[in-house]
Amino acid sequence: MSVEIKTASIEPVRLTFDHLEARIGKGKAATRYQEAVHDLQVTQNFHYRPTWDPEFDLFDKRRSAIVLGDFDQLLDPRQYYYAPYTIQRARQQEAQDGNFGIVEKRNLFSALSPEWLTNIETLIIPLRHFEWGANTNNCYIAATGYGAPFTSTALMQAMDRLGVAQYLTRLALVLQHQDPQCLDRAKALWLDDPLWQPLRQLVEDAMVTKDWFELHVLQNFLLDGAIYPFAYTQFDQAITTHGGIAYALTTEFMRDWYTESVRWTDSTIRVAANESQENKATIQTWIARWEPRVRAAVTPLAVAAFASQATGVLDSIFTDLAARRVKLGLMV
Amino acid sequence: MNLHDKVFISFQNNDEARPIIDAIIADNPGAIVSEMPAMIKIDVPKRLVVKRETIEQNIGRAFDLQSIHINLISLSGNIDESEDEFVLAWGKRG
Amino acid sequence: MADRKLGLKEKYQLMTRGLDWETTYQPMDKVFPFDKYEGIKIKDWSKWEDPFRLTMDAYWKYQSEKERKLYAILDSFSQNNGQLNISDARYMTAIKLWAQGITPLEYYAHRGFCHVGRHFRGAGARVACQMQALDELRHAQTQMHAFSHYNKYFSGLHQAIHMRDRAWYLSIPKSFFEDALTSGPFEFVTSISFAFEYVLTNLLFMPFVSGAAYNGDMATTTFGFSAQSDESRHMTLGLEVVKFVLEQHEDNVPIMQRYIDKWFWRGYRLLALVGTMMDYMLPKKVMSWAEAWGIYWEENGFALFNDLSRYGIRLPKYHEIATKEKLHITHQAWNVFYTACPATGFHAWLPQPYEMDWLSEKYGETFDRFYRPRYELFGEMEKAGKRFYTNRLPFVCQTCQVPDFFTEVDNPMKQAVRHHEWRGMKFNFCSDGCKDIFVNEPEKFCQSYIPPQQIYQGNAGGARTLQEYAAWLHCPMGSDAGDYYSSDDYKNWLKWHGGRDTSPTTAAA
Repeated sequence: MSVEIKTASIEPVRLTFDHLEARIGKGKAATRYQEAVHDLQVTQNFHYRPTWDPEFDLFDKRRSAIVLGDFDQLLDPRQYYYAPYTIQRARQQEAQDGNFGIVEKRNLFSALSPEWLTNIETLIIPLRHFEWGANTNNCYIAATGYGAPFTSTALMQAMDRLGVAQYLTRLALVLQHQDPQCLDRAKALWLDDPLWQPLRQLVEDAMVTKDWFELHVLQNFLLDGAIYPFAYTQFDQAITTHGGIAYALTTEFMRDWYTESVRWTDSTIRVAANESQENKATIQTWIARWEPRVRAAVTPLAVAAFASQATGVLDSIFTDLAARRVKLGLMV
Repeated sequence: MNLHDKVFISFQNNDEARPIIDAIIADNPGAIVSEMPAMIKIDVPKRLVVKRETIEQNIGRAFDLQSIHINLISLSGNIDESEDEFVLAWGKRG
Repeated sequence: MADRKLGLKEKYQLMTRGLDWETTYQPMDKVFPFDKYEGIKIKDWSKWEDPFRLTMDAYWKYQSEKERKLYAILDSFSQNNGQLNISDARYMTAIKLWAQGITPLEYYAHRGFCHVGRHFRGAGARVACQMQALDELRHAQTQMHAFSHYNKYFSGLHQAIHMRDRAWYLSIPKSFFEDALTSGPFEFVTSISFAFEYVLTNLLFMPFVSGAAYNGDMATTTFGFSAQSDESRHMTLGLEVVKFVLEQHEDNVPIMQRYIDKWFWRGYRLLALVGTMMDYMLPKKVMSWAEAWGIYWEENGFALFNDLSRYGIRLPKYHEIATKEKLHITHQAWNVFYTACPATGFHAWLPQPYEMDWLSEKYGETFDRFYRPRYELFGEMEKAGKRFYTNRLPFVCQTCQVPDFFTEVDNPMKQAVRHHEWRGMKFNFCSDGCKDIFVNEPEKFCQSYIPPQQIYQGNAGGARTLQEYAAWLHCPMGSDAGDYYSSDDYKNWLKWHGGRDTSPTTAAA
């Protein structure tokens, strides 16, 4: 059917949905990001209490000590909804896939000394399980948190971590010519090697942390803020000077991803902290409680990788983290 | 045809799906094709197979079987997926 | 050393399995506190067969391709005023119901799968649930985007979020999903992935979306089929969950049978809304509800249960009643929508002559004997300037929340009502199926938020009449509520089409 009409006669009746007009004002069209996240989560007239958590409503603000007038303020500065998120990650995975192709075809890991090959196996590959923990924790935040802007991004964060775990798996398989036993060895380290136990214990403690915003601070700010600079900046710089360009190529996704995700982590913590003195104090208490354990968990890895320079590396990592914290208005 | 042992698969009716649909018809002799607006549904008794090789013959280039997801609408039956075949059938898992 | 080539199955196994571990610093039962209280016994999570072997990089790759296609069509749809190409503005009632009632379910599903994606013990099951959680977010968001353009030109969409938590008829889908999300994780996946998605959503996404294409709605066709392509992964997850659980322990069989009975019936009651969309809201017809029920339940559904019988699972309780009712429920529902539309966010109308004939053809004597005379009477009242609207608040079923319009299965003139007393309180139901569900879980279903009761208690902004209630829903008569032919939507539609009523005169093109 074809329609012939003068365009002048089909003026829109309104520009956006009422719930968005209430947020952005009359006479404006909402962005797709705003349409995709605001007020998606039900807030009232719940029918039944969860059989698995009958103290609370299905979605309940009381599951965190953080108090916000409007939890929809916890926006993602990247403005990710599903489409830009998957399209961005698809671009990155294509580049990463290309990098793996080059490394395999040119056998680029052959340039690396046995000592550094072992370092990757013992100090990096077990991080697969750290990433699985990060997936678990962000999935908890997505399930338990309040407000679609924050929880939807937390799920993307969870899936990203599964992606990183799978890239580490691929790295291990490339390194060991597709022999899956290298994964068993890395898991044995994660489970039993004293080097990894402080980190594993911390990850397991995180998995039973009930306050979802505390878990966000612990996983995405503190743990990532130590592990990513260690594994993908400091370790990368050291290995590159030993012919480890292949490591740089096969972990490019992780570096780009971390730089990007920090924007979301910092921005959401800033919004929560700026809302009230009480929130700020709560977040500071969490950081004071967990940061020493994070440092203790990374220390054995840094010592194994950097020997006498380990203290310098750790200082640099935690100085950067402290600088981020200060920028967010958090003193500890 | 026994109504209660069929498996089915359906695709959007577009150019990308055509070589897949043609391959299914070629590889599944009992296939019954029904067209509805914008979609095609294919019913087959007991077991339906989508073969990568046949699709590759149809398009004259390599084809990644996982990309059938892009134009897939729905299906029934247990799935068994490998690089070469995508099989729908009733029966035990695995 | 020559590299070994890994097959898809093995590669996927390595990429996903083995990432998890038995925790020792914290007990496993504390890390996974919710997957035992239902009584489901899992001996070995490693027996889980991953239904689809998608790694995250493949997921990003294929899903982004789908999104690129979808948004290209949505953009061109709005740039070309695609809303003017739908068959008739009456069609918009289906889209309004979708936006008010179905899109929120996508969001609920998203959160529910986040919950089970965190709380199942097995890594394979968790990854499948997490991917589904992300897909469901996709569906909620793409639907908001597809409807955004329609919202600029038609009523009934701008206040959809406001109505979602308040309107009487939206309590039907809302209570359905809140019931699922507040259940244990095994019941949740059985309800949503198996009963709802595997058994029932084909009825929505295949015939209805094909109908959207037939009625010129390219926006809905595109997101609908694109969503269904994710859905086929979800359905497969549903079947996998059921078979996995049944194979794990024989004690699981009666529990799963109870879940299947419950959720088949709840899903079937919810789909009365979808059937009405197909039979009454598509100006150009593709397939009747009764025909779709025949294909997707009586053929495909039976094939599924035929297969499940090896595990000791039988067809869901009361399925034969659902099949008998297929000739009635959509007409009964539309009758309520027609008379109660002043208290809704959509418009209703009497079927036009060509539609009456189509309904006669599809439903034969049932329609001609029981429902046509009612419509003809309403038609005479309209001609006399006395369009009939109801002014009473319905009693609704304590379980499914559908108002009291269903009839006894062997007597379509007799309203079906069931009662049950529990702790000195009397509860009303629409059917034996809904009563059974309550009797199994009275502590849960006595909590239901029942909109008509809330109105009587003054919790609907103090509304005392249907008009006041509609105002509280932000649905004023004429602009958002009431008869189609006296609505702003109809006036605008005529204006945009040079005064011409575009309504089809035959069911087929």
